[in-house]
Amino acid sequence: MYSDKVMDHFSNPRNVGEIENADGVGEVGNAHCGDIMKVYLKVENDIITDVRFKTFGCGAAIATSSVATEMIKGKTIDEALKLTNKEVVESLEGLPPAKLHCSVLAEEAVKAAIEDYKKKLGA
Amino acid sequence: MNKRVYMDHAATTYTKTEVLQTMMPFYTELFGNPSSVHQFGREVKKHIDTAREQIAKALGALPEEIYFTAGGSEADNWAIKGIAYANRKKGNHIITTKIEHPGLLESCKYLEKEGFEVTYLDVDEYGLVKPEDVERAIKENTILISVMYANNEIGTIQSIAEIAGLAKERKIYFHTDAVQAVGSIKIDVKEQNIDLLSLSAHKFYGPKGVGALYIRKGVKIISILHGGHQERGRRAGTENVPGIIGLGKAIEIAVNTMDENAARIKALRDKLIQGVMEKVPYTRLNGHPEKRLPGNTSFCFEFIEGESLLLNLDIKGIAGSSGSACSSGSLDPSHVLLAIGLSHEIAHGSLRLSLGDINTQEDIDYVLEVLPPIVDRLRQMSPLYERVKGGK
Repeated sequence: MYSDKVMDHFSNPRNVGEIENADGVGEVGNAHCGDIMKVYLKVENDIITDVRFKTFGCGAAIATSSVATEMIKGKTIDEALKLTNKEVVESLEGLPPAKLHCSVLAEEAVKAAIEDYKKKLGA
Repeated sequence: MNKRVYMDHAATTYTKTEVLQTMMPFYTELFGNPSSVHQFGREVKKHIDTAREQIAKALGALPEEIYFTAGGSEADNWAIKGIAYANRKKGNHIITTKIEHPGLLESCKYLEKEGFEVTYLDVDEYGLVKPEDVERAIKENTILISVMYANNEIGTIQSIAEIAGLAKERKIYFHTDAVQAVGSIKIDVKEQNIDLLSLSAHKFYGPKGVGALYIRKGVKIISILHGGHQERGRRAGTENVPGIIGLGKAIEIAVNTMDENAARIKALRDKLIQGVMEKVPYTRLNGHPEKRLPGNTSFCFEFIEGESLLLNLDIKGIAGSSGSACSSGSLDPSHVLLAIGLSHEIAHGSLRLSLGDINTQEDIDYVLEVLPPIVDRLRQMSPLYERVKGGK
């Protein structure tokens, strides 16, 4: 049911973990529904130099978190904000229809982390 | 070849070689239609009668009380709808439980749309239906009580005789979905006052796509499959002859070997439960500690989600199942796990490993070696676990 790419990211997830004193942290989803994604950002000169995630969820939730963090690492904040769930799905070579919401969650987690970064910056 | 450990016997079992061998001639030389007058048909009819006797003997029923179906879901649909429509004049109230199989629950929901009233009884934390709750739910217009014999997810075995006795006293029909129980534990429909019972062959080493409904003589029920006069006019359609022959043989073997098999599988089950509970913290056992199917284990591992656990086990060759929303294809986790009082969050982290006759001590050791590090790795990735660790 999952593509090889999904299984690759699921079995060997990239960027798992936390960042101490992160510049931005975003958490989306809830345990009731069975998916929580938390994304940590390190930003230097408007560039995402490091990104980590922690996810509670199914195979697709873990794979979309992993690939989304890979896609925004090294990007500027503006570039990262342009990440769409469609791109996440494409880079995973597709997701089963019932799992598309995981890609939405991954996009939202990245955006929440960036929002948090911007808020901290403005504060 | 990589190691493969099958622990999903509650989903389905393989077909035993002896069973398959008895089926094979009915695909080739013994191909006649049992309804035909000629010898090709007659010789097949004889074998169907033998299968009917084998099933009747296994359940303590009469052969003429056994009706073949296409499996457990059809038997459940027939029992519920057939009784409801046939007894509508007497009443329109049905009592069942919150932990039934979808084949039964969906039939009840359908009947609710048709004007019937259904009470779905709660269960306790072990998944047990309290007989006093059944008693309290009975009304003037109650026509049927249906309580699953043993649960497919958590393995809890109900006090069937007691509940059926309550129904009998009040002249209410009693049905039980015994799909998980038949072949694993002793059942006697007469002794236990069961009026209708559903079973399915592929849960006890028989073929898929065949089952039966036991209907006690004298029970008022209508047909739901109309057509030819097969099954004494009660269930139309040319018989699945090889399947029926296989069902008969499979139930005979299951009952004859039940005592030794159940004891062996139960011992493995208890080792698995003990090992998992010892090795994995933040884990709960679902279901009743003793009133439990010999092959069933069901756990919830906090802070992780069941599908990712299943996928990781699958990579290591271990086949299990989960009641998490993601593995069921719905938004909610298993209705059974919610009915025993678990939160959504906990229910998402469920794992069922159901043992059968192919499992060995070696399999248990392998699972106990592979499972704890997988759970730990998923927890290390989980933001929920981080909170717990942080709180300490």
